[in-house]
Amino acid sequence: MDEFLQSLVRGLGTGSIYSLLALGFVIIYKSTQVISFAQPAFMLAGAVLVSYLAPQVSFFGAVIVAALVIAVLALGVERTVLRPMVGKPVFVVAIITIGVDVVVRVVTNAFIGLEVRQVGDPWGLTTVSFLGAEVQQRYLVMIGTTAVVTAALFLFFRYSRIGLAMRAVAYDQEVALAQGISVGSVFALSWALAGGLAALAGVFVATGAGVDQQLWIVALKALPAIILGGLESLGGAVVGGLAVGVVESLFGTYQGDFAPWLGPNFGLVAPYALMLLVLLVRPYGLFGKREVERL
Amino acid sequence: MKGRPELYTSYAQDMAFLNTRPKRAWTGGLVILALVLPFAITDDLLQLLATGFVAAIGAIGLNIVTGYAGQVSLGHAFFLAIGAYTGAALSGSETGRVIGFGITSLPIWLLASGLVAAFFGVLVAPVAVRLRGLYLAIVTLGLVFLGEHVFREWTSLTGGPGVGRPAAVPELFGVRLDQDNAVFTAAQQLYLVMFVLLVIFGVLARNLVRSRVGRAFAAVRDRDLAASVIGVDLTKYKVLAFAVSSFYAGVAGALLFVMNGFFDPGSFSLLLSVQYIAMVLIGGAGTISGAIMGALFITLLPRITRELPAVLPFISGDATGAVTVFQVEAVLYGVLIIVFLIVEPRGLFGIWVRVRNYWRTWPFSY
Repeated sequence: MDEFLQSLVRGLGTGSIYSLLALGFVIIYKSTQVISFAQPAFMLAGAVLVSYLAPQVSFFGAVIVAALVIAVLALGVERTVLRPMVGKPVFVVAIITIGVDVVVRVVTNAFIGLEVRQVGDPWGLTTVSFLGAEVQQRYLVMIGTTAVVTAALFLFFRYSRIGLAMRAVAYDQEVALAQGISVGSVFALSWALAGGLAALAGVFVATGAGVDQQLWIVALKALPAIILGGLESLGGAVVGGLAVGVVESLFGTYQGDFAPWLGPNFGLVAPYALMLLVLLVRPYGLFGKREVERL
Repeated sequence: MKGRPELYTSYAQDMAFLNTRPKRAWTGGLVILALVLPFAITDDLLQLLATGFVAAIGAIGLNIVTGYAGQVSLGHAFFLAIGAYTGAALSGSETGRVIGFGITSLPIWLLASGLVAAFFGVLVAPVAVRLRGLYLAIVTLGLVFLGEHVFREWTSLTGGPGVGRPAAVPELFGVRLDQDNAVFTAAQQLYLVMFVLLVIFGVLARNLVRSRVGRAFAAVRDRDLAASVIGVDLTKYKVLAFAVSSFYAGVAGALLFVMNGFFDPGSFSLLLSVQYIAMVLIGGAGTISGAIMGALFITLLPRITRELPAVLPFISGDATGAVTVFQVEAVLYGVLIIVFLIVEPRGLFGIWVRVRNYWRTWPFSY
């Protein structure tokens, strides 16, 4: 039972990282209909920035500064690289974001070097007792922070004027434009939001283990999460992220006993297998919108 | 129609394989050049070009499914891997560490690699039929990760990560192509064989895309709903596109490591898929010659960047300096994809078309 609780908390912890990343993907998708493959690079850049800033301005200060800087960086990328492509096929734009990802990641890697950099978080690998099981503190922090951020985002979209504008653009760009909403600023803002969320997620990934050049792979786990939840659904992104985290963690713990023929470390790719299964049953994910098309 | 070479009087003439005189002249010239080249340049350059030809076969395959049929696939590395391991296992010899069946005849294992990869393509296709656009891109991306896992764990087939296994053994009519003999060096033989294979697969692909099937692919790409309304069977053509594309990938995968002689499962990562996407996009999506140009360009790129330190002294040639050639090379992939998609969406092929049109009416080119 302890083992189960531990892996559940670990799953929810990493799952909340995936949720943060998935929220970024979905926010960009809803406003621009594009999946941004640049998220991994922004996540990595956020973590690296914190590892440089933390000694100067304390860990928490560094996280805030890094999230803001990466948000501005993402906004800049949107303005310069993505804006000329408005109206082009989404596939082309998605591939451009792969290009952006490669460039940002290579530049960031130059700042990592060959060693593992520490972000200087106060939790490390210390554990606390939670319902009788020893769980790592950092997972509880991740779950808590993600809950707060998600709630803030939902309130922002529900009640603020800008949030309303963003929802309007997601619903219908032309009509939103006709109502006097600056669609361009909504695009920029959604990239900035996604960048900030990615930076935050990057810091969480780096707690405990540190930052190395392979960190970005983690961000791709958010892709099965958004597909599970459905590309258009913010709630789906959170649920999908948590589901992916839990599946990964439970497979990591129990698959060795139940299905050793899948090979060790199958947990790491289990989310992709889960995604394939869900898509065979529900091609638009769990909460996605079924597309109605007209000729 | 003597003296009026550009006047077509029948549909067949318009759809002919090489429908203009300049096209015939250029193609003939390039083929002759490619056949003369092995006797003019050094062996290491020949090896690189041979790798480029193989990559071109793979890029043509990706172009069929992505450029012509419009189904975005990030899973090309997976199909390349299947081809590579089928070829290597069929032609390799049993060593106790890795399995092998010792069938070294090139046509047999090449065909088998293509067919096995095509089989997996058909398995994946039903998912593709139900999904559209970016959903499909992400699912195919998932394939790469699942494939990587399988190849990492199945060590009796792949030799395991970091160790690897020997690549397929190329033997044609009893001659080992990867060993020097009395007439040719190994590099010359491999170059010529790869070139001939590229011509064969290029011609086959060109014939496919200018036929009824190719027009159906284009219709599916441009608007699949409209295509199905005018009677294009979506399921059939999407499955067909994936099957043909995977066949090409399988063939390319089996040949890809013959030049090096050794490969490990780490080669088939997402990066490889992105490289092939880059080949297709930089070359020009939806054109066979574009795919070939793009593949050669991407394959030769590392070689070109390695010359950079001589020109730009702030770039260091080894892994020590502040800016190394490896970083420049990696950044160039990204930058080239971005620049080509924004500035010249039709790729190298588009540039060629513009150059051609400029000179066609020269000196009145405005």
